[in-house]
Order: sequence, then C-alpha cells, then structure tokens
Amino acid sequence: MTTPPTLAPTTDNAATGDGTVLKADGVTMRFGGLTAVRGVDLTVNTGEIVGLIGPNGAGKTTFFNCLTGLYVPTEGTVSYRGTRLSRKPHLVTQAGIARTFQNIRLFANMTVLENVLVGRHTRTKEGLWSALLRGPGFKKAERGSEERAMELLEFTGLAHKRDHLARNLPYGEQRKLEIARALASEPGLLLLDEPTAGMNPQETRATQDLVLAIRAQGTAVLVIEHDMRFIFNLCDRVAVLVQGQKLVEGTADVVQADERVIAAYLGTPVDDTPTDADPETPPAGAATAESAESGDTP
Amino acid sequence: MTTTTTTPRGRLPLPERAARLTTAAGALATAASTGLAWTWSSDFPGDLTYYGSPAGLQIVTLAGGLLTLLFALAALGLRGLQWLLPAGRNAPTLLAALGTFAATWFTLGAIAVQLGGLVNLEPGGAVAGVAALVTLLGALSLPPDQPDATAPANPWQRFTAALAATPVRRRTRELPSWAEILVIAAAFAAGLLVFTYGIDTDDGAPFVGYLLLVVLAVPALNRAGLINRLTQLTHTHRGVALGAAFIAAACFPFTQDTDQYTIIGANILIFATVALGLNVVVGLAGLLDLGYVAFLGVGAYAAALVSGSPESALGLHFPFWAALLTGAAASLVFGVLIGAPTLRLRGDYLAIVTLGFGEIFRIAMLNLNGTTGPDITNGAMGIPNIPNLEIFGFNFGEPHDILGIPVATYGNYYLLMILVTAFVVLVFRRAAASRIGRAWIAIREDETAAIAMGINSFRLRLLAFALGAALAGLAGTVHAHVVTTATPEQFQFAGPQPPNSAFLLAAVILGGMGTLSGPLVGAALLFLIPAKLDFLQDYQLLLFGIALVLLMRFRPEGLIPDRRKQLEFHETGQLDVPDQRLPDTDATLGATKAKA
Repeated sequence: MTTPPTLAPTTDNAATGDGTVLKADGVTMRFGGLTAVRGVDLTVNTGEIVGLIGPNGAGKTTFFNCLTGLYVPTEGTVSYRGTRLSRKPHLVTQAGIARTFQNIRLFANMTVLENVLVGRHTRTKEGLWSALLRGPGFKKAERGSEERAMELLEFTGLAHKRDHLARNLPYGEQRKLEIARALASEPGLLLLDEPTAGMNPQETRATQDLVLAIRAQGTAVLVIEHDMRFIFNLCDRVAVLVQGQKLVEGTADVVQADERVIAAYLGTPVDDTPTDADPETPPAGAATAESAESGDTP
Repeated sequence: MTTTTTTPRGRLPLPERAARLTTAAGALATAASTGLAWTWSSDFPGDLTYYGSPAGLQIVTLAGGLLTLLFALAALGLRGLQWLLPAGRNAPTLLAALGTFAATWFTLGAIAVQLGGLVNLEPGGAVAGVAALVTLLGALSLPPDQPDATAPANPWQRFTAALAATPVRRRTRELPSWAEILVIAAAFAAGLLVFTYGIDTDDGAPFVGYLLLVVLAVPALNRAGLINRLTQLTHTHRGVALGAAFIAAACFPFTQDTDQYTIIGANILIFATVALGLNVVVGLAGLLDLGYVAFLGVGAYAAALVSGSPESALGLHFPFWAALLTGAAASLVFGVLIGAPTLRLRGDYLAIVTLGFGEIFRIAMLNLNGTTGPDITNGAMGIPNIPNLEIFGFNFGEPHDILGIPVATYGNYYLLMILVTAFVVLVFRRAAASRIGRAWIAIREDETAAIAMGINSFRLRLLAFALGAALAGLAGTVHAHVVTTATPEQFQFAGPQPPNSAFLLAAVILGGMGTLSGPLVGAALLFLIPAKLDFLQDYQLLLFGIALVLLMRFRPEGLIPDRRKQLEFHETGQLDVPDQRLPDTDATLGATKAKA
C-alpha cells in the first residue's frame, strides 16, 4: 500500500489532546508457580507509537492479554484514560482498546465486510427487537455501519475484496483486515501483536505506513514486533521485556545502545530462570523470526 | 473394455451421436410404455392394469422418461430446449436415465415379489424394462462432460467422472423481470406438485419408487445447472420467491380431499418450524443443543394446561392468542433458566447439559402425576382432549369451505401452521441479517476474537438460546392442539418418529446449518420418509443412520448449503488449502509465505 487515503478522525480520540491513554501499573501475571509477567509499568500517551520488544517467551503477549482483559492480572492495575479498566474483555473493547492477534484470528467464514461490521459491534446498539421490527433507526444504523466499514476497507486497501471470505485472503491482507476490524471499534489505543510476522520487506513497509496513518488519526498504538528495523523506524518509545520484566524503556537510540538488550537478544543469560514463560507464543515460525531480526540488531 | 482413441468416450463403445439418439429413443419408449398394462392383477398398489392411462408407479416412470427425453433432446442440440442445460450436458441425462431405470426396474421387481413371480408381468412391463435399460445403456455411452487428461482407470472412476458437475457453460439469457418471476412461480408450482405427489403416494413400494426417481432426478437438475439458475433468480427476487413458496405451501390442503395426508403436512410444518428455531441456536450461534425438543414440550404442556382441556389441572381456557403467548413465554423462561447457568460452558459441556435437561423434562412430566409428585401433568396419561381451536368463531375442528373447496380439521391447522412458520421464517431472516446475527456467527467462528471485538458472548448466547426456545414454544402450542394430547413420550431424545431431539438436529444438519430453507427441507424429508416407510418398522432407524452417515460423508454441508459452508468443504478438495491469490496481489508474496 503506498499512500493510504485519509480517514476521518474517530469521535473523541483526537480531541482530548495530550494525556495518558494507557497506564499499566505493576502488572504481574502468575500461572501457578510461573510468573510470566512481573511488575511491569507502562504508559502510552496520546498520539504515541510505543514498541514492545523482547525475546520469544518474554511475556509480551501475556502482557497484552492482561491489558485487554483476556487474562485477569494477578497484581497491578490497568487504566485507560484515567479510569481503571474492567476485567471483562468486551468492556475493555467498549472502553476503547482494540487489538489484533499474533496468530491471525479472523472470522474465517464471514466476508471481509462482515468481519469489519462485527468490529462495529460496540459502537452500535441495535438489539434483537430493533432487528426484528426493522424500524427506520435500524436501517440508518446498518447503513452507517456499512459506510464506516467501507471507509476502513478503503483505508486498508481491501475495498475491492469486500465480498470475499476472510479465509480466502492472502496472508498479508488477512493481517490488514484484522487491523481494519480492530479500527472499526473506534479505539483510542490499538494493540498490534506482531503485525508484520511472516511479511516480506515491501509488505512490512506498507504496514509501517499504515500504522503511521492510524496514528495520524489520533489513535495511539502499542506494537509487539520482532522486526527491529520496523520498530526503530516507527516507535517514539520502545520498552524491552525480558523474562517477564521490563528491562529498559526509552527512545530507539537508548534501547539500541543498552548492553543488556543486546545481551538478552544475543543469548548471554541475564538470569537463570527458564525463558519459556509466554504460553501464547507458538513455537512454529519463531526460529525464523528470531534469526532474521538478530541481523538487524547492532 | 479398452479405449485407444484420444477423444473422450463413454463407458460403452458407441459413437456420441448414436448414443444420444439411442438415449432419446429409449426415453421416448419408456415414457410410451407407461400407456401399456404392466401387470394383469389389480392387487398391486396403484392398479397398473389399464391401457392408455398410466397410474401409480407408471406415473413415476413416465415423469422420469419425459425428463430424460427432454435432457437428451436438449443435448442433441434441439432449438428451444437449450435453456434446460446451462451447465452439464451429459451428466443430467445419465442421472435422469439412471433414476428412471431404477424406478422402473424397482416397480417390476416389486410386482414380481409382491404378487409372487415374474408371471404376473404383462408384456407392457417387459417393454418398459427393456426401454429403460436401453436408455440407461445409451446414456452410459455418452462421453463425460469434462474430459479428464488422466483417463480414470477403473470403471467406477469412469462412472463417477461421467457424473461430475461442470461449471456453467453458456451464459443464460437475461429475462425480463416479469418472466423471471413467472419462472419462480412455475418452479414452486412444480415443487408443490412433486411434493404433493410424494405425500399422496401409498406407503411402501409406490413411495420407494417415487423416492428412487426423486433422489436421482434432483442431482440431474443440479448437474444441468437449473437449480443454480433458480437460486440466482430467487436471490434477485427474494420477496417474490418467499411469497411464492408460501403460496405454494398454502395450496397444499386444497389439493387434498380427505384429512389422511393433511395431518402429515401439518406435522411437517410443526417439525420444520421447530427445526428452524433450533437453527438459530445451532446454525447461527453454534451452540449444540441436544435437548431442544423439551422446549417444544414446554410450549405444548403450557398450552395444554391453559386451553380448556377437561383434564387440565388449572382448568383455564385462554383464547388462542393468549395460549400462544403462554406457550412461547413458558419456553422462554425455561430457556433462560437452563441457559443462564450453563451457557458459560463451551461446546461439549453444553451439549451434555442440554441432553440432561431434555430427559429431566420428560421424566418430570411423567412424575407430576399426583402420586410421585403434585398432580399437574397427569403423568404418562398426559393431558388429553385438548379442544379444537376457535378463532373469531372459526372452529378448527369442523370442515370449512374456503374458496369453494372443503378443508377439514388438519387442513385448518395446516393453514394456521403456515402462518406460524411464516412468522418464524421472518424472525430467523431478520435476526440473522443484523448486528445480533453477525455477533452470533462471530461467536461461532472464533469466540475469543469475538470477545476481543467487544461482543458480550454470554449475553448473546443466552439471547440465541432464549429466542430458539421461544420459537419452539410457539410451535409447541399448535402441536398440542393438532395432536390433542400432550404426553411425555412425544418429547424424547430419540425415537423412530419425529419430532425428537435427535431428528431435529439431524434435520438442521441434513438440510444445511445456518440457512433458511435447509432445515425446512431437511425436516420435510425426515418427517415424510419415516411416515411413508412404515413397513420397514425396526429397520427404519438403521436405514436412517446409514443415510445420515452417507450424507455426511459425501455432502457434509447439508442438502441446501450455506454459501460459506459450501466454500469451506468443497473449495479445492484439498486438505491444506494454500491461499488463493488473485493476479493483482504482490507476486513476491509467495516466497515469504513459504518461509512463514
């Protein structure tokens, strides 16, 4: 995708100006005796793109799941725009945090348009009675949802595939569709879990442009990625997670210069505890991603 | 048999044109042979002894012969018949010939077996048999529609290759809108005719012959591309098609002189309506409910208690609309009561809980008999003598003249059920194509992703469960009046007679999950076939099981598949499907994907 068409800024996200969008305070996640995430603090401010990196099994996805309510953190709090988030994942989305998944989770047997329309769920109210009676309000809401969904499909460059089944899209477009679906919930913060995994350099650049375009709408972005070039090109701040703990946080330069980060990536052990703490990271594909990115680290 | 030529040949070494002519001539002879007497004795059902007037199974053969003839003539290139074959050319002819052959030889066999020997056949029967055989041999000599580069080696593969479906070959002519509507009307009228004939045929041999032809003629129409064409038309004129379907269905009681078969019609509609309600739960929301018939039971019992049965413990007599609401509301309440604690469970656990509920309901109804519990339901005796409905002075128990045609009790109930079914169809369509319906499908597809999109999965599942229950309760109210007795034994998990939970689920899956017409067709077949094959007795369930296994093996998406399901199961015929890339996508994508 070269130049993404502009998208009207979503309702109230751009208006709030500067301020904290997300504040995670001492988030700890234990699975039995295993501490996957240990006391992680992280803030994301309006209009920021924050990167979250770390070796496989560092607990990045677990941390994401704590933020979105899929896991209830053992300790610590997560607040969005100053209000503490509910522990129900659907209410987190309602509040304004949307996410994509590391292993793409589209509604495979729904069309591209329907996928995005499902993303509109929290921003529409029409219940069963409204659907059965089909009043003017229902038609208006449906039309509005469809217009908004088509805007998002234009934005991600998928408009020509609106009636294709999601499962039939090529891999790169499935990633884009997942982002479009997340954007449909009009989030103030978008969490991207490895958005360029398995992409070639051109596609990675296109994704980079897309993320920048999303930021331009006023949506803050928190992104997990293994592609260092992608991260350092894109992010205002980068946090490094190693063995469930935040090692460093700062600008790209600070993180790249830090010896502990290099050590963590190049294999010098920082700690003796086992590193396979992230239960959601699938083993497949991890090795190639790892070897590719080690060349990028200075 | 060896074929050395490169041109595709049929299974028999006959030139293509000769094969076509043989088929056409054979089909004509088969159709003509039904004008002869096939047996001298009138003992065989349908009385096939007359010259010049086909009867009983002869009509089946006549219809099959004419269908084969039409396909064969169209394949010969006869002008004006080309619209019959928009897709396949030879596979439809072969299937129709096969159906005719099967029906005809079955008839001859049945005559010989039932009346005791081949001596019971008249020469006319022999003519029919030979003609049907010649037609079949001619059709077998036709080349397959899609010449395959790798010539299939064994005869069975060659045979299946000849039956293979072909994509649409020729563009169908654009018709004016009114003509398309006429085509839809004609198709539904033909459907009504075929279905009515099926209901009206005698049990036993005549129905088996009818079934043999229909089972093979429907795929013939499908291979010809006609069903596809009709589906397209109904999609462009959805409202008209729905209207035509309901008018066609409403015409059925007017074709009947007695109540003998309208009761089957009324029961089919009840069964189909409940199946459609189950489709909300299973097809849309993906919740496997194994005790769904209990909600029909709740509706039936609630209606029975308040509809003025002398045995009712409550002794109330509500007007029909109030009884209807009571039935639906009672089911709704039970749906929520069962659903609220259990719908947090996923998949298998829910299935087990619903299975348990179904049985608990039946046993509770048995035990509320005054000795083992409070006297509410009269135990195994049930609540009998539920009086006939009376709406605005229109008593459903008495025959009425509607448009000058007498319609008796079950005809009246049938017409009432048409309205209930129409209502449920409306609810299903509207719910499915809405924000709520999309959320249901999203939960079915990937619950975690659906939750991450802000869908409150528990609430929406409960909504689906409650809506499904209320729709079943609605049908249950009419069910109570049609059968006039509500007994626990009507609402079992499995049994030889529908409705029961197993048959309901089978109707949804057989017909096509998540579609509107699928459960209706599935329910109609699952009710009609057991009702007509009563003579099989104990083997009925065995055959039902075998049929279910075969269907799931060869057509897992159901008879009328969801557009999506069809893609899911038959996209490429491969297990691990690589992404289908369009030419406009990045060419380098493949390389990276291989790495990933």
